[in-house]
Amino acid sequence: MPDAHAQQVAVEVTVNGTRRRAAVPPRLTLADYLRERCGLTGTHLGCEHGVCGACTVLIDGDAVRACLVLAVQADGAEVTTVEGIAAPDGELSPVQAAFRDHHGLQCGFCTPGFVVSVTAFLRDHPDPTDEEIRDGLSGNLCRCTGYQGILKAVRAAADGAAAAPKEHA
Amino acid sequence: MRAAAARYAGARVARVEDPRLLTGHGTFVDDVVRPGMLHACFVRSPLARARILGIDATEALAAEGVHAVFTAADLNPDVVEAWYTLIGRDVPDTPRPPLAEGEVRFVGDPVALVVADDRYLAEDAAELVIVDYEPLTPVPDYATAREAADLVHGAYPRNVAGDMAGPPLEQLAPAFEAAAVVVHETIHQQGYAQVPMETRGLVVEWSAPTGELTLWAATQSPHEVRLFCSRLLGLPEHRVRVLMRDTGGGFGQKVVPQREDMCVMLAARKVRGPLKWIEDRRENLMSAGQARHEHADARIALAADGTILAAAVDHVQDVGAYPTPWPVGTAAAVGMFFPGPYRVPQATWSTASVFSNTAGRNAYRGPWQMESLAREVLLDAGARRLGIDPAELRRRNLLRRDELPYFNPNGMPYSDITPLETFEQALKMLDYEAFRSEQEQARAQGRHIGVGTCTYVEPTTAAMALHATEGATIRIEPSGKVNVYVSGGSSGNSIETTVVQLAADALGVDIADVSTIQGDTAVTPFGGGAAGSRSGSMTAGAVGETAAVLRERIAAIAAHKLEAAPEDIELADGHARVRGVPESGVPLSEIAALAYFQPEQLPPGVPAGLEASGRYRPENPIIWANATHLCTCEVDVTTGEVRLLRYIVSEDCGPMINPNVVEGQIAGGVVQGIGGALLEHLAYDEDGNPVATTFMDYLLPTAADVPDIEYGHIETPAPGPGGYKGVGEGGAIGAPPAVVNAVADALAPFGVEITRLPLTPERITGLIRNASAPHGPRTTARVDDPNGPNGPNGPNGPDGPNGPDGTSSASATGGAISADVATSAGGESGADGVSGVDDASAAGSAGSAGGAVGR
Repeated sequence: MPDAHAQQVAVEVTVNGTRRRAAVPPRLTLADYLRERCGLTGTHLGCEHGVCGACTVLIDGDAVRACLVLAVQADGAEVTTVEGIAAPDGELSPVQAAFRDHHGLQCGFCTPGFVVSVTAFLRDHPDPTDEEIRDGLSGNLCRCTGYQGILKAVRAAADGAAAAPKEHA
Repeated sequence: MRAAAARYAGARVARVEDPRLLTGHGTFVDDVVRPGMLHACFVRSPLARARILGIDATEALAAEGVHAVFTAADLNPDVVEAWYTLIGRDVPDTPRPPLAEGEVRFVGDPVALVVADDRYLAEDAAELVIVDYEPLTPVPDYATAREAADLVHGAYPRNVAGDMAGPPLEQLAPAFEAAAVVVHETIHQQGYAQVPMETRGLVVEWSAPTGELTLWAATQSPHEVRLFCSRLLGLPEHRVRVLMRDTGGGFGQKVVPQREDMCVMLAARKVRGPLKWIEDRRENLMSAGQARHEHADARIALAADGTILAAAVDHVQDVGAYPTPWPVGTAAAVGMFFPGPYRVPQATWSTASVFSNTAGRNAYRGPWQMESLAREVLLDAGARRLGIDPAELRRRNLLRRDELPYFNPNGMPYSDITPLETFEQALKMLDYEAFRSEQEQARAQGRHIGVGTCTYVEPTTAAMALHATEGATIRIEPSGKVNVYVSGGSSGNSIETTVVQLAADALGVDIADVSTIQGDTAVTPFGGGAAGSRSGSMTAGAVGETAAVLRERIAAIAAHKLEAAPEDIELADGHARVRGVPESGVPLSEIAALAYFQPEQLPPGVPAGLEASGRYRPENPIIWANATHLCTCEVDVTTGEVRLLRYIVSEDCGPMINPNVVEGQIAGGVVQGIGGALLEHLAYDEDGNPVATTFMDYLLPTAADVPDIEYGHIETPAPGPGGYKGVGEGGAIGAPPAVVNAVADALAPFGVEITRLPLTPERITGLIRNASAPHGPRTTARVDDPNGPNGPNGPNGPDGPNGPDGTSSASATGGAISADVATSAGGESGADGVSGVDDASAAGSAGSAGGAVGR
């Protein structure tokens, strides 16, 4: 199918606050666009069929699997990847800091997907029950931690966010 | 001269790996991009067994962006040597051609390698490669393979890759005849796999002008990759450089390079540009290997009071078509450790490794784990038959401290272990008696809750061959900051943090002043890598030996400057000072400046600089670790759903360097074991087609499936550096038996015995449906009754050592495999999984896909 590759479509995507224009083949996934065209290799591919969640990014604020979205579908959208979660000076976000404090990662391959998913989850569920946390995490697979540290980290991040003054919440 | 008391070892120190990994700045192999890099994609066999009549790559070669299509004829003749340091050159190794030669032997067998400008184009072209196959009758089921008319490899009669055995079973006949009860079951474990979240992959860059090869790997052992690659290609070791910064989990799958890695190494010298291959998940589940697929015909003789009189196990494992590495020797461990941490006067064992036309067996976290599964399941069955509480039966047989050191009947010299202590601690954490009362009440209400345990002893830090030694180089830089070089490489075991903690303590410096450089064979000392629960103890030894050299040098310099005796100097807080004279401190930066820039001021005989290399060689060939896993569950007897209620691990890995790391390793292993007991199944149909090649079919545990894990620690020092023992593998050993026993305990009123995994809802409802009457005399449930012609377990038991047993048990198992497949493809994952896919792809939303994984 050489034609599928030769044909190029112009897209404009705002990635982590930077507007980017590119011509891409229609079949290029958003994940590959981010990794290969933008050099943002924090978005990881664990299954490429939408189950493991390692490639989760935010599109206009919604957590989405970048392996199931084509780059052309993100035309005109704002995309946030794991590289856009920490402060520009490198200070970890509350979710990232909680993962570090509670041993929420080991090999780190699934971690970007968890960080992005949890960031969106806590924004939408600022005061979650433990059950809601488990449900919220069930779309991301981790093979190292047995989820123990991750569950603790999300609980802590939720409690911290709930306790924090509004401007930090 | 010594360092001050440990400040970091034992503490829950935050990991140094985390900031990069949390922010998307790790470097995994797929993140490596080289100028002019090309991409590889394999053409794989769609058939379990077939003759290759011809390969036509004409159309593929003409496709856009395609640089080459390689077949076995192109790559295989270039192999110079292909053996693993881990196993050695002189074992009767099984075949392992890079690309399939003449015959394909499993679905997924690599047949050709396409190289193109990018991965999309390589995949396009792979579809254009035409392979002419003549289908042959496959041998999909290892359990019947020894009687099969067809051979996976012509040179291996009866499809046996190798077998080993202890003394003849007849020697134990008197003990078995004298027993009040002989528990005799064949326990079957399904195939499951390591499934690291990062698949396999590598980037190989060949520089013809310099004769140098650079390789970026996803590996647990960069130095093994370098040695293997240098032998494979006939290149001098120092012309090969292997790099890995972050590896996304291995669990045994990445301990040695496999066939695809060989292909990419070989092809890289034949293309113009660095060559990258990144496996996709389907390939990973189809061809990266399998583990655990085995059965154990096990028997334990018990006296009326529950005393163990003898134990024997006849073990048969599936090694697939191309096991990697050689699997036969490892299997002996199943037999050697079958007696476990119990007082077993007599034992014997045998093991057979049998080929099949499926993915090759490879190492997986506690590769001998079947010993614990078979033993612990039988002990519970025996307790039920004797009418003794299983906890009481274990108490009567577990080894006590005062019996150590203890040689198990197979000659394993246990020492420094605490099986009874971990057992009692776990029971106490649960309040076992209270649970039994609760269970009685629950049963009266028609609820089925149960408790199961597993107590095991585990060899860690086995110091042989590749793993015999470990090195460290420490450079205290001219500013006084410290860099520690070890082989390592982050693969999820927190080895960077461990090294930094140990080095900071050993040199008496702040942890922020220590960095570690790992995973680059060009600059790090040789080391064996992450395997065999060895990193903690071996790295502690390597860092300890090397730091001792530098401490002595620092003390000499400080003593000279302070006009004190070297033995009165202590290192703490980044200063060398005279003990008891706090104001005498000389900062390490000052000592380093002297050592590098004013060598004329050093005391006589003290070498300039503050850099040293050391190599640790353990005095003990094995360090023993032990643990008890305890699990409680509730079984819904209508739906067959198992809900885990509590999960307790009491373990003894010696003093903990970092309790977070220890508990993280345990939790990860436990959840893999829970997955193996309840969910995961690398299933094949009767034609040898893999039916679990996506995460919709191969069910990994999610956060919604796992209980909170509770930890109890008993810290008995081992005879090694720091007293540390290994802890990486044990979680995956203890979990399956604990879960199985808990479910069996819950279902005891039905007279159910569990002999086959995984415990899917279908299997559990089937067990209940087919169970013999409650409290019947013999309570073996025939899992495979609906399909198999006959129960495999009981009938062929008492006499005749292995041959007849194997035969009849094998034929029954054959029947059961198709049942397993039907289960896996249908109820377990089919309906829910499919709707899940639809949700996920339609919405593209993490939230909905999460719910949709559906189990």
